[in-house]
Amino acid sequence: MAMPSTGHESPANGAGAAALLAAGIGTFLMGILTAWAEASATIKGLLVWYGPAGPLTGKTGVPVLAWLLIWAILHAAWRGKEVNFRSIYRGALTLILLGFLFLFPPVFEAFGR
Amino acid sequence: MTLTLRGLWTVLHGMVFGAIFLLAFAGGLAGLYSLRPQLVTPEGLRERMTRLRAGVWTMAIMAWVTVISGTYIVYPWYRAKDPASPRSTLLANPATALWHTFGMEWKEHIGWVAPILATAVAFLVSYYGAGLAKDDRLRRATTVLFILAFATAAVAGVFGAFLNKVGPIR
Repeated sequence: MAMPSTGHESPANGAGAAALLAAGIGTFLMGILTAWAEASATIKGLLVWYGPAGPLTGKTGVPVLAWLLIWAILHAAWRGKEVNFRSIYRGALTLILLGFLFLFPPVFEAFGR
Repeated sequence: MTLTLRGLWTVLHGMVFGAIFLLAFAGGLAGLYSLRPQLVTPEGLRERMTRLRAGVWTMAIMAWVTVISGTYIVYPWYRAKDPASPRSTLLANPATALWHTFGMEWKEHIGWVAPILATAVAFLVSYYGAGLAKDDRLRRATTVLFILAFATAAVAGVFGAFLNKVGPIR
């Protein structure tokens, strides 16, 4: 079946791949940092950005800032280019699922024992 | 009937922002699913994109408002050192401690993934627009990310509702 004409050609897939991969890296970093904070009292202390809310502020703040920075870099590098979307998508999905794993309490709490 | 400031923020965080997020998800998912050339005319596609953009950006913004208000306003009341705080109360009783050590610990962390994924989805929908209808792989990837954003928010929301029942913020 022919695609309906929308009057616009779709941009190259690079910007989309950059958004997906950055989201994957951000999620993975959040998981790693959460586990690391359990393992190290020093790291946990460094992540207290706002006392009343404790280390959660840094555990979420660092990955959010890193995600934005990585996204900006990847976007600048891949915008307007065709990239291997399938591999990047699979990589992003793997990072997201690994992030979920490290954000699961029985897993990240194991690093504190 | 009275509602304290803390109670009001808890309701805003969990029910108002969360409810808007859920509504935006339902509309967004339906929009993304039906974004196929065989299901819509070119005119329908253009009209649908306007609603879809509004839906996904509403979802992303609500996700940010929910996690920021939760972490910086509501959470400090929950985890206060005061023995009457919800965290202290739950941990003091072995029968309820798991609500904190598992429920709250999962909720407070996984909830922050939702705005990251929802923002990526909002960007993809805005950037590619009707082009998503032509690119199956990109549309599928966007839909998967959208569902994952919802799943993380659902975990946070469900535990939030239960925690507010077993250890309410007063």
